[in-house]
Amino acid sequence: MRHTLTVLVANSPGVLYRVAGLFSRRGFNIDSLAVGQTENVNISRMTIVVEGDALVLEQVTKQLRKLIDVIKVSDITAEEFVARELVLAKVTANPTQRGEIMQIADIFRARIVDLGRRTLTLECTGDEAKIKAFEESLRPYGIKELVRTGKIALLRGSKYTNVNNIKEEAM
Amino acid sequence: MFEVRYLLELAFTSIPSIRTSNVEPRTSNLENEGDYVLEVIAAQALIQALEQENVSVVFGYPGGSILPVYDALASSTIKHVLVRHEQGAVFAANGYARATGRVGVCIATSGPGATNLVTGIADAYMDSVPLVIFTGQVPTTQVGTDAFQEVDITGITVPITKHNYLVKDHRKLLQTIKNAFYIAATGRPGPVLIDLPQDMLKTKISFRYPKSASLQSYKPVLEGHFGKINEAARLINKSRRPVIYAGGGILISQACEELKQLAEVISAPVTNTFRGLSCFPGEHPLFLGMLGLHGTRYANLAVNECDLLIALGVRFDDRVTGKVATFAPEAKIIHVDIDPAEIGKNVRIQVPIVGDVKVVLQALLPSLKKTDRTVWLQRIEELKSLYPLFYQQENVLKPQFVLEELYRLTNGEAIIATDVGQHQMWTAQYYRFRKPGTIISSGGLGAMGFGLPAAIGAQLGFPEKKVILVTGDGSFQMTMSELATMVEQKLPLKIFILNNQSLGMVRQLQEFYYDKRYFGVNFEFVPDFVILAKAYRIPGYNINTPDELTQRLPDILNTPGPALVNCLIDPRENVLPMVLNGQIITKVEES
Ligand SMILES: Cc1ncc(C[n+]2csc(CCOP(=O)(O)OP(=O)(O)O)c2C)c(N)n1
Repeated sequence: MRHTLTVLVANSPGVLYRVAGLFSRRGFNIDSLAVGQTENVNISRMTIVVEGDALVLEQVTKQLRKLIDVIKVSDITAEEFVARELVLAKVTANPTQRGEIMQIADIFRARIVDLGRRTLTLECTGDEAKIKAFEESLRPYGIKELVRTGKIALLRGSKYTNVNNIKEEAM
Repeated sequence: MFEVRYLLELAFTSIPSIRTSNVEPRTSNLENEGDYVLEVIAAQALIQALEQENVSVVFGYPGGSILPVYDALASSTIKHVLVRHEQGAVFAANGYARATGRVGVCIATSGPGATNLVTGIADAYMDSVPLVIFTGQVPTTQVGTDAFQEVDITGITVPITKHNYLVKDHRKLLQTIKNAFYIAATGRPGPVLIDLPQDMLKTKISFRYPKSASLQSYKPVLEGHFGKINEAARLINKSRRPVIYAGGGILISQACEELKQLAEVISAPVTNTFRGLSCFPGEHPLFLGMLGLHGTRYANLAVNECDLLIALGVRFDDRVTGKVATFAPEAKIIHVDIDPAEIGKNVRIQVPIVGDVKVVLQALLPSLKKTDRTVWLQRIEELKSLYPLFYQQENVLKPQFVLEELYRLTNGEAIIATDVGQHQMWTAQYYRFRKPGTIISSGGLGAMGFGLPAAIGAQLGFPEKKVILVTGDGSFQMTMSELATMVEQKLPLKIFILNNQSLGMVRQLQEFYYDKRYFGVNFEFVPDFVILAKAYRIPGYNINTPDELTQRLPDILNTPGPALVNCLIDPRENVLPMVLNGQIITKVEES
């Protein structure tokens, strides 16, 4: 089963290496990993999608918690959360095909961010299923290049995974 | 699927947000605090910090990058032990830490100095030994340029340290040292490395040593969960055939007294992991000896028959469990450990308790009923008499006999350091340790060459105690250069080489698992160790027969000063019993 972990880490050098190294060393499979700074400049947040059964997940989270730079690990898989991913796709687009592609962009609420003589670059955000469908729809036109950010996620409502709001607030 | 190797490359280039963050450390606004503040260079501050940490001895080897530290060390009261190879420094610090329970400290220069430490760091990591390791580094301006003697030692040691630091900013140095000692010694102990760029070491700073560590989320849990402790008590009181499986955690948390109480109150036999040896008196009637691969037959059978396994400060290592699925098949398992990640890692646990084993036992003991378990203890006695440890005494010198004699003549109270191989296992089997922390040996890593430097460290920790090194002719040759260190430090170590002129343990594996196709295990040349000893001005002795041993051993042990004893043992001798590869621990080779 795939799990979504949010991992808060201290912004210290090498922290990504420590986390990534842990996964490779212990044979845990990462599906995706996204990192960026949080509302607190000293803390970064990693959203890691990892594949494994309950036992593997237990080890992953326990081993992560052992890293001194790891501040908090939450497995939010069973919670209600909003997940998004951003994809940029450059597709072949002769002038005749542009209209079709722009229609597809419309359907997915994607945006055209670059227009070349023979290419179009589109930006789309969404959950995994949407991104996948978007990619499939573009495939017949010839995807020249594609890049995804990996999933990022936040809990819904008044639940938090950060450190300042550990306690759940009343609605 | 994400390619993890790719991520690693990415990690080195570092995410911009992480690289640019420049957090002021807590110690930076010292000027406002009005304390008496001394202006020194960072290297001097480092030595003063070590003094504040009550470090009395450091083991090291100098080089260009670390020279500022050496220059500062020269005028300190801290004793510096100059080794002959950096591996010797880290093993010695390791032996010192194991023997004393204090943090061991070692120092090396950048590049090759740092890489020579790697095996010793890994050993400390595997056996949870508290070390703080300082390495020199090229100047910050050259870091990342493949400068002369630059290696990324923090990168190299990520998987084998509890934590490590590259201190580029001198303002963070003292807090980093404070944190390092705290991390190394608390929770599940381990090695912490601090890499020190040369220019940083020469920067002027104000010395004010922080009073406490400053760590965002590192908080080892000491107290066990109340409900779980109650559940454990209930299971124990109900159990008819309990066995206590006690490991290194008992020694680390100094819970030997509590362990003894537990065993005696509930009348449960105690078996030790290799790392746990010496935490329970070797002659105690409830003692089963070591379990696992070369454990006693009765320890393994008792575990196999028990209905409750009380696992304390252990990690269900493969050398203990054999085929995991068949381990303690009839038992419910209570597992107490300070490292949550060890609980449930290899074996399913009924009652997991995260906490310091001493604190947990103190909480548990009052709820235990003194229970009569005569039937079970009779069965244990029966197993002991049916399957005793056994070897054939002959006219040739048997290694087991050497250890029995050492045990007899030292009353089981010497500190015994060993190397790795057959001699190590015979030590575990035949020397019945009576005092906590008296076995100094590389368990989890099994690193040959550990013995001599570790014995040096242990002896420096306890100058008055008798320290004996039991080594093999293979292992000894790996780090025998430290004989010079030993002599220089005037240490009265007694060295016993159980000389089978081969890599005995590997030869044994070839005998059992490779149809006796011996290859690469028999030395065609072995140096004359007595002449070697002479070169170092150490009295040397050859002992070839059991009679010679009995006659000369008392003198050798009682004469002050060092000795090297080359025991020519039966080269065919095997370590038995031996659990067969990947099998249940009751399935053994006995003769
Ligand atoms: C550094 C290192 N290299 C290789 C090994 C593999 N190994 C384990 S035991 C052993 C033989 C040890 O020989 P010796 O020190 O003579 O002890 P004996 O087994 O003969 O008592 C070897 C090579 C090891 N444990 N450590």
